Amino acid sequence: MKLRDLTELAGRNLREALLRNSLTTLGISVGVASLVAMLSLGVGLQQMASSRLAKSGLFDAVFVTSRANMRAFGGPRRDEDAAPKGPVRHLDEDARQELAKLPNVAEVYPEVRFQTEIQFDGRPYGTTAAGIPLSALADGAFDNMKGSFFSAPNANEAILQIELAKDLSKQPESLLGKDLVLRYAERQTILPEPATTAKGSREADANSGFEEDGLSAGFSMVSREVKLRIIGIVETEPAAGFGGMGRGRLLIPLQTAQALRVAQPTDMREMLRGATGKPRYESLTVRVKSPSNVKGVEESIKTMGFGTFSIIDATKNIQLFFTVFDLLLGIFGSLALTVASLGIINTLVMAILERRREIGILKALGAADRDVRWLFFAEAGVMGLVGGVFGVFLGWLIGKALTFGTNVYLSRQQLPPIDLSSVPWWMVVAAIVFSFVVSLAAGIYPASRAARLDPVEALRYE
Amino acid sequence: MGESLVRAVQDVSICVREGEFVALLGSSGSGKSTLLNLLAGLDRPTSGAIYAHDQNLADMNSEQLAHHRSHTVGMVFQAFNLLPRMTLEENVELPLRLAEVDRAERPMRVREAVERVKLGARLTHRPSELSGGEQQRASLARALVNRPTILLADEPTGNLDSVTGDAIMGLLQEINRSLQMTIVMVTHDRPRAEKFSQRIITMADGKLLGDGSNA
Repeated sequence: MKLRDLTELAGRNLREALLRNSLTTLGISVGVASLVAMLSLGVGLQQMASSRLAKSGLFDAVFVTSRANMRAFGGPRRDEDAAPKGPVRHLDEDARQELAKLPNVAEVYPEVRFQTEIQFDGRPYGTTAAGIPLSALADGAFDNMKGSFFSAPNANEAILQIELAKDLSKQPESLLGKDLVLRYAERQTILPEPATTAKGSREADANSGFEEDGLSAGFSMVSREVKLRIIGIVETEPAAGFGGMGRGRLLIPLQTAQALRVAQPTDMREMLRGATGKPRYESLTVRVKSPSNVKGVEESIKTMGFGTFSIIDATKNIQLFFTVFDLLLGIFGSLALTVASLGIINTLVMAILERRREIGILKALGAADRDVRWLFFAEAGVMGLVGGVFGVFLGWLIGKALTFGTNVYLSRQQLPPIDLSSVPWWMVVAAIVFSFVVSLAAGIYPASRAARLDPVEALRYE
Repeated sequence: MGESLVRAVQDVSICVREGEFVALLGSSGSGKSTLLNLLAGLDRPTSGAIYAHDQNLADMNSEQLAHHRSHTVGMVFQAFNLLPRMTLEENVELPLRLAEVDRAERPMRVREAVERVKLGARLTHRPSELSGGEQQRASLARALVNRPTILLADEPTGNLDSVTGDAIMGLLQEINRSLQMTIVMVTHDRPRAEKFSQRIITMADGKLLGDGSNA
């Protein structure tokens, strides 16, 4: 029998026992829906976790140091990094430009972070300040902040991390628009020429954040204060890099932070080392365009002669976790589909008993065993296909309902809404194909049983 | 086309010639229906041979038997065996689907078969909306639609009143004469067999009792 005749007859048979076949198809739909809902939840959670991690800024960053400084970071030493093969390269402005020109590099900026003290309302508070590049706004870490982001790259403005804000006031939001005083130790260069004053060196050292100019003979530390306006409060803790330092709770524009020329713990070592040449950075953070670029960029930076560090390995572990998680969800979802496929077997076996005589007539009229087998297969396949399509829709609805319910709960807890479930196109296709294949498999036994029916017996059956 | 030579089980040896209208007479259990099923390729003999157009049905696999049922023979049953949820037209079209006849050709073939049994006006009716005689005529149209060379009829008048039965027998006779179609009919109705068929074979307990022309 030709395919078109086969499907027409199958469709006809399905319509004849409409209620039973609809219920069977509904069973498949529920099975597929549970599978889709489970997997969409898994994928949704994975996407949420990945995007949160991406927003943390840790996974698209390579931390670059001069190999001369490797010992300074306290982490486990890697031999190949610890022993420089060529001449030691320093992280100067040339190196920064060179890094910025590497393919897939979005941005290169220095780390500015320091322990300090702030005064607010007459009281001192110890905290960590960090310079934030303006590009951090795009990372999403500031998406749910209260107030506003920095108005200019060198504005005297501060964004408080919520924990610090809570320390300062019981009503953190009342802090917005108020001023605080940042107290810090400024490093002032002392040039070998006795004529140069501390004031003069400040002009010469306009690009603060550098390590000391090679011409300098030393530096002095001067206590300074700067008034900052509180313009925002952020819940999440944006990362500005890594290297064993704590994260910042007082966030100021990177350029403003650099201009302060805050004395760093490494200053003394650099002076003792008697470094010469151009101004240098302690370390640089290289932001790449996507986490997948990290490895390549890291390799290029290493060949330039710098030490690097990234935590790309962590994302692999997260992927592994979610693969196992999805697998488990998939298994639970498949159980429902297994039950549904038993429903198909039951329906088709019932149909054989009911249509015994019809099968006999078909055979008497010239139907081959193959025709009868394919007819039953086609019926199972149609139920699987329709059930699959409807099931995907149902599963998508369940996912949406779960997301809606979760978001109602979250909004009551005053938390931002999330997108819990995600149904990508591959899942739609895979679920429908899976439903179709499972239904065909369920049709194997009834179909071969119907095909084997003895036509003489079947015609005698009343 | 060669001669339709037929042999069946239990010492029965029959040869039916092309264009013959043969009536198989016998009481229940005489083996006449089994013989008919063997001729139709619905059943297989445990021993012996059945030749239709020089081809031994006993040697055929199930696929070849299906082809034999769909292309060489047409069957008419006592219980009509129309599919109740299909219209007359769809019932008659069914063998064309199974024989994979071209779609464009089907309406013409259906019309031709239905016209032959004079049911042209009832195409869209379902079997339940037809009388017994009409149902048997529909079944006959279905048997003829694939233009078989042999028509096998199993008690075609068994469920019909005498007037309608005679009409069906007249139709079979007309088909036999106008199409030169070989007809093997199982019946226990001797008077009708004598009235309409050319040859009567009598069976009892799987054995041949008599074989004579009915001139």
